[in-house]
Amino acid sequence: MDEKPLFDGSFSVVGGGNYDNAGEVSTSIKTILKKMGLPGDVVRKVALVSYEAEINIVSYARKGMIRLRVVSDRIMIEAIDEGQGIPDIELAMQPGWSTANQKTREMGFGAGMGLCNIKTFSDTFHISSEVGKGTHLKIIINTNSSSLQ
Amino acid sequence: MTLHEIKELLDAEVLIGENQLGMEVKTAFVADLMSDVLAFATAGSLLITGLTNPQVVRTADVLDIAAVLMGRGKRPSQETFQLAEELNIPILTTKFILFEIAGRLYANGMRGCIEKVGSK
Repeated sequence: MDEKPLFDGSFSVVGGGNYDNAGEVSTSIKTILKKMGLPGDVVRKVALVSYEAEINIVSYARKGMIRLRVVSDRIMIEAIDEGQGIPDIELAMQPGWSTANQKTREMGFGAGMGLCNIKTFSDTFHISSEVGKGTHLKIIINTNSSSLQ
Repeated sequence: MTLHEIKELLDAEVLIGENQLGMEVKTAFVADLMSDVLAFATAGSLLITGLTNPQVVRTADVLDIAAVLMGRGKRPSQETFQLAEELNIPILTTKFILFEIAGRLYANGMRGCIEKVGSK
């Protein structure tokens, strides 16, 4: 657990329904992982998970950040936001359940798939949330240790 | 099928990626909901959509989508165009509706990137 990460960095995400740069963090994360020589399918999975998390922050929180840590055999992604939080996590995890507004739907999101997608593509998924404070996602995606130098 | 063949077949206009028309694409996914694209589309597929905002290009980039084809005469917004140029993702537009696009491509050998959900 105390292994020195090959990469450890945080990226701030603008919230408040401002989609101007939504997805930029995930594009950066993808570029970083590609440069590190990780396999394409792993990079794609991490980008997908981080992108859904990023869209959630933009759509539902005032602001937030995504932390990316890479160690030899796995990639850890944390999405931490300051926002309304989720009153009923079990309900929020149900496919199709959503509180999204029209703006989010116009962007092609808000159909109640985001958290399910994140869980599906993660090897480990943990969510905690406090109403009025914010939401914290902890995601692990395993990599093949031999793929890293 | 190459992007060039898709262009000819659907009388499409190539907005970005004129230099990538030789690219081979075997599978496609049709949706206006980007979360469904993220859930089901596979790398190297053609994304057929009626949505025109920059999140279409972000989604394509995240998934290593080969190219975006906008139907019903839809054209990318200026932000979408710029982002696609920056990320080097081809964009084609055609006046055919999504049903016609899918039918014509299928009749010419293109297949869905999955057949049913829950199958691979």
